[in-house]
Amino acid sequence: MATTSDTRAHGHDHAAHGHDDHGHDHKPGFVARWFFSTNHKDIGTLYLIFAVVGGLLGGILSEIMRAQLQFPNNHVVTEGQEWNTIITSHGLLMIFFSVMPALIGGFGNWFIPLMIGAPDMAFPRLNNISFWLLPPAFLLICIGLVMGESGSGWTLYPPLSNSTYESGMGMDCTLFALHLAGISSLLGSMNFIVTIFNMRAPGMTLHKMPLFIWSELVTAFLLVLAVPVLAGAITMLICDRNFGTAFFDPTGGGDPVLFQHLFWFFGHPEVYIMILPGFGIISHVISTFSKKPIFGYLGMVYAMVGIGVVGFVVWAHHMYLSGIDVDTRAYFMMATLVIAVPTGIKIFSWIATMWGGSIELKTPMLWAIGFLFLFTIGGVTGVVLANAGIDEAVHNTYYVIAHFHYVLSLGAVFSIFAGFYYWIGKMSGRQYPEFWGKVHFWMTFIGVNLTFFPQHFLGLSGMPRRYPDYPAAFAGWNYVSSIGSYISGCAFLVFLYVCFKTFTSKVPVADNYWGEGATTLEWTQTSPPAFHTYLEMPRIS
Amino acid sequence: MNSGPRNAVVATAVVTVIVGMTALSFAAVPLYRLFCAATGYAGTPNIGLAAAPGGTGQTIRVRFNADTNSGLPWIFAPDQGEVISTLGDEQVAFYHATNQSGRSVTGMALYNVTPEKVGRYFHKTACFCFNKQTLSAHQSMEFPVSFWVDPAIRTDPNTADIKTVTLSYTFYRSLEDAEKSGALASAGPHVGAISDTERQQTSKAN
Repeated sequence: MATTSDTRAHGHDHAAHGHDDHGHDHKPGFVARWFFSTNHKDIGTLYLIFAVVGGLLGGILSEIMRAQLQFPNNHVVTEGQEWNTIITSHGLLMIFFSVMPALIGGFGNWFIPLMIGAPDMAFPRLNNISFWLLPPAFLLICIGLVMGESGSGWTLYPPLSNSTYESGMGMDCTLFALHLAGISSLLGSMNFIVTIFNMRAPGMTLHKMPLFIWSELVTAFLLVLAVPVLAGAITMLICDRNFGTAFFDPTGGGDPVLFQHLFWFFGHPEVYIMILPGFGIISHVISTFSKKPIFGYLGMVYAMVGIGVVGFVVWAHHMYLSGIDVDTRAYFMMATLVIAVPTGIKIFSWIATMWGGSIELKTPMLWAIGFLFLFTIGGVTGVVLANAGIDEAVHNTYYVIAHFHYVLSLGAVFSIFAGFYYWIGKMSGRQYPEFWGKVHFWMTFIGVNLTFFPQHFLGLSGMPRRYPDYPAAFAGWNYVSSIGSYISGCAFLVFLYVCFKTFTSKVPVADNYWGEGATTLEWTQTSPPAFHTYLEMPRIS
Repeated sequence: MNSGPRNAVVATAVVTVIVGMTALSFAAVPLYRLFCAATGYAGTPNIGLAAAPGGTGQTIRVRFNADTNSGLPWIFAPDQGEVISTLGDEQVAFYHATNQSGRSVTGMALYNVTPEKVGRYFHKTACFCFNKQTLSAHQSMEFPVSFWVDPAIRTDPNTADIKTVTLSYTFYRSLEDAEKSGALASAGPHVGAISDTERQQTSKAN
């Protein structure tokens, strides 16, 4: 039976016909289901598993880093280059192989079709390719890590990344890994944009779309505009390294600062790419557990659009010390500070949603409130760093590390966990253990704050980033920070235990287990949803 | 619902954007160079034959800096540490370079002026840095540079307070030359096979 889902899902792609003609809930065999998967839910699940693996490896690297920095003159990491490789891989793994797969590939694939009433993504086979480009990319990153030859830092600045200072093949592997991950993101974004534009249920206008869908849409646009620039920059870098060009080599008339411009033209939107889907999730969680519709829906939508737009014209605030002149710095400083306005609109709208709400502190809500707290701290230090004058003092210190870990490693990751606890019942049909979920939250909350708050002090006292050692004067707070990271590491083990408990749980969950606060379309489906959903199109009034 | 053609339209639009952004990232290379040349950004001086407008009586101190990349076995230094230049008057200064190695070597100098904001007021009419320079084994050569500073530097509030301009050169071995000598194949800090004694001499000279 050629189901509605089949004709709709494959659209004009006639070649795709006939490989997926299953009954309503007839799942293909293991290999066909998980390796050749074209089902958005299965691909979403693959992405989420992948993100856990990526996060686990990235997390192990951060524990090694904190172990090295626990005491001055420590020798957990034996060589500088080994250290450089670890910090590079930690950054790349966490960004491209943990946060992005979870927030975009994972929750995006799972819930975009479910929330807009579409049977699947617009291009299911493309979706399959998007995912399967990631494991080889991951492998290439690991090769760079194991060979110890990709020590440029995640920013890949030449000359650190050129053939003089990183002559090995490992660096090329890392660059190719980014190419693959970039193509994966681009194909995924294309799928998201087409799906969201063309496959919404009748009646769901753009201004009625759930905020999570809006956040994924804006993210997809940012990816489409930013990732090609990274691809261009690393292609030039690969050519400089291997084919004798001199894009970034002054010997041949190139300029290494050009790489910084290209990199940050991608890199700054990239940080919004990592946090915007989190914004979407947090909006749903806060609305659900306050039992109120989100405050200022349109403001929330256009705040995200605004963040996306302005995010493209602030890149040089990462380069205040690259020799740009004072007027340019003044511009980038102003533009950067302007981003605090839409971000503030979001924070205050979330608080206004909670205001007067019937708040229920279930695990997802704890993570969401934790997100608000940590993201606000990270945002405030961001405003501090936006000032070119202050940045001259704290550029490349641990203050910067603390800032971006508060917004990303805490902000984005807290939103991932909020989404996990919010939707795991929907995705798996099993009940997560509330108690262990809360233990996971509190351990993580204490752990990460203990890890990163002292790094503000270290940075302000002048401890530079990216060094495996420090003067004894910095010993105290580094020790505290390391203890905090061990607590966070244990919290991750609790998370794995939560997963184990959830998947072995015998407690079934209802279709809409959060009750009246959860109003989006995915809650009209069974938990877990059928293999093919929305065989009949829902209508939004 | 027949979403096929609509999907194709949106997908094509997205692909166009991706291709366009990739093209733009490569276009950034020449655009960046043009931008620097047009605005004097990053201390890029004006180059060309624009004639000096004639002296105004006001002066500015021009200092000379010389650096040599370790891949280039040359000693390269200015003949004068600094000169007092009359605004609007063309002036000539000299550098000297000596090839320390036993074979012919081609180098190319990159240049800028600091403070970077004076780039647009600093005119170079002739300079050894406009072309590649080749020195045969152990050859010494005098390199002239002819420049003038625009008197408008005194009327621009951004630059009116500047009393000293530093003209800086860094000599690199040209890529072709490094390639020819096989040095590029084993690229590294040792490009151009310079001996330790040569390097010490070079750094002393600077």
